[in-house]
Amino acid sequence: MATPNEVDWDAIIRDPRFQSLHRRKSAFLWGLMAIAVAYYFLLPIGAAYFQDLFKIRVWGVINVALLFALSQFVMAWAIAIIYSRKASQDFDRMAAELSAEFANPNSQARPGV
Amino acid sequence: MKTTSKKWSAAVLLAVVALGARAAFAQTEVGTDYRWVTFFVFAVIIGITMYVTYLAAKRVRSASDFYTAGGGVSGFQNGWAIAGDYLSAASFLGIAGLISLYGYDGFNYSVGFLVAYITVLLLIAEPCRNIGRYTLSDILAYRNDPRKSRILGALSVITVSTFYLTAQMVGGGVLVKTLIGINYETSVCIVGVLMLSYVLFGGMVATTWVQIIKAVLLVAASLVIVALVWAPYGFSLPGFLQDVVSDPKVQARVATLLGDPAKNMSAAELGQRFLEPGLYLKAPIDQISLGMALVFGTAGLPHILMRFFTVRSAQQARRSVVWAMVVIGGFYLLTLFLGFGAAKIVGPADIASVDAGGNMAAPVLAQYLGGGPNAFLGNFMLAFVSAVAFATIVAVVAGLVLASASALAHDLYVGVWRAGKTVTPQGQVKAARVATVIVGAMAIVIGIAAKGQNAAVLVGLAFAVAASANFPCVLLTLHWKRCNTGGIVAGMLIGTIAAVGLTLVSPNLTYPKAVKAAAHKVLDAVPAKRAAATEGLASADAAVAGKAKKDLAALDKAVTKANADLAKWANDETSFMGLEKPLFELKNPGLISIPLGFLGVLLGSLLMRDRRAEEMWNEVYARQNTGLLVSKSVAH
Repeated sequence: MATPNEVDWDAIIRDPRFQSLHRRKSAFLWGLMAIAVAYYFLLPIGAAYFQDLFKIRVWGVINVALLFALSQFVMAWAIAIIYSRKASQDFDRMAAELSAEFANPNSQARPGV
Repeated sequence: MKTTSKKWSAAVLLAVVALGARAAFAQTEVGTDYRWVTFFVFAVIIGITMYVTYLAAKRVRSASDFYTAGGGVSGFQNGWAIAGDYLSAASFLGIAGLISLYGYDGFNYSVGFLVAYITVLLLIAEPCRNIGRYTLSDILAYRNDPRKSRILGALSVITVSTFYLTAQMVGGGVLVKTLIGINYETSVCIVGVLMLSYVLFGGMVATTWVQIIKAVLLVAASLVIVALVWAPYGFSLPGFLQDVVSDPKVQARVATLLGDPAKNMSAAELGQRFLEPGLYLKAPIDQISLGMALVFGTAGLPHILMRFFTVRSAQQARRSVVWAMVVIGGFYLLTLFLGFGAAKIVGPADIASVDAGGNMAAPVLAQYLGGGPNAFLGNFMLAFVSAVAFATIVAVVAGLVLASASALAHDLYVGVWRAGKTVTPQGQVKAARVATVIVGAMAIVIGIAAKGQNAAVLVGLAFAVAASANFPCVLLTLHWKRCNTGGIVAGMLIGTIAAVGLTLVSPNLTYPKAVKAAAHKVLDAVPAKRAAATEGLASADAAVAGKAKKDLAALDKAVTKANADLAKWANDETSFMGLEKPLFELKNPGLISIPLGFLGVLLGSLLMRDRRAEEMWNEVYARQNTGLLVSKSVAH
């Protein structure tokens, strides 16, 4: 494994581009996470405490409970797609820029472990 | 090593096929004329996976090959392998069974298993790829005291994997026994020997391919069954469900589940009730607690985390999770049709008569769709689904054994015991193989010893410990600057002790006093019921007489069970823990133990100072966000 001093980690942390990457990434990730957790826990909470609402029939015999459970699949896939897009368009490029700049050229020549 | 392993794999292949053949011919579930079908399908699947193992064995030269397939797995492949690692027999057979017996509540389980991957995708997968190398403890040891965090991390990995493994072995043994009539001990041995041959010779390369093959087979088998179930309705969801709720078998099941309140309900209302919550999960708090364990526990399962080290970069790790979510989510949508289809076509009562937990719903449904027990196609489909279920267990167990073996060899042997000394690459592979044999042999012994244990409780425990100990430690060491060795030690210990401790005093254990009270209640009611039934037997009405005869048979069965319970617990008054009744009412401890685990990491970190953890933060922080130097740690 690489020894810590091959790359000047402190310099990366101080770099405004890194700080901007981290700020945007954190806000995005934790925001999506909060949405997902809140949306998911509405399901057991609804199934337990709002049964009258969950029993309302919407489409033939299909009720709110079933539609809400199915919507969780849509939510999960939507978050996966939104995050992947954002990451591959934005975060990956910024990270690659920083990596290219800060990677110690000498460290590349050494055989890896 | 290379040629010997080649010979060995050939020998193991022969032995397993021979064993499988004998066992398959001794079974009872598939009709006698069709036994060769079961054997044939088994042999084909074992043959293909063995061939893959043989090819993989040639590629395993270094520790990196053995633990992580040299980091050469693509995101797409890894996504399928994660699905293969995750979709255990419990989810394939268990969830379809729960839906077929309890309707909507069973489907709610599926949702939690999928949503869990959002946590993995957003918070865990990419930083883990950027920081870790082979094991969960690599991540913990990066900035914390390597010795302490490796020992605790490895112990936690082994604890979680052992619970999960035991559940798979027990579930698998029972499943194979029910499906093809091999006795329990033999089927545990077959699962163990097969899994060992994959892992031992082919390491992560073979394990990955076995998981991919299994996932593809599982999805393909489910798609065929679902197409057959759904096509008659022109693939209309309301049309299909309308037919399910109109079915008298389903309505009768709901009436049985509800008891007295069902008396005032119309047939249509009873059927509709099958699509409403509350038939299985009765305590609201329990549902929320279970949801927490699922959603946060998956991100702490060592065999799932380990899969992220098999890809080259954080981008590929991300792709892996997205593909895994496509496969896993798609599969869980299919369980809706497997479960409700089985309820409609086979009927909940018949499903429960084969296995009380409903685990046989999908295989029996396949048999019905093929024309029943006397048709060739019915037997072929049963044989195929049985073989897939078997492959499912072997693939999951292989992943678990690899995770435990890596904790033993890489963390405890190389990282702690031989710390500071160089272990040659050959030495590392040898250590990994020795550890695999130790863990594999243990798995077989534990599997046989745990016969009759409740598999669901064990899986629940694995998720609870993963969510309460592993998840807080991994999450906070990656994302919280102040996290340090003190936090890891406190979080691991408090999380594990809370999860295991609360389960041990929960309603999941058997409380002999309550069991005996229930048995006495049954026996006390017998004279009156027998009198009523005997009276009915004399009735001129054939229907009444028939019902009375059935009632008498059921009564005899209940008496036998009650007497057996009384005899079994005659000398016990208290549970395994010495309790007369549960101290703690939650079936899943997550609601309490997960916050305790987080609290442990927080307080431990704040109370103890650790210069190294603080100094290393900038590196961890920069590395996990940029992926710098990752290519080096996977190169070989």
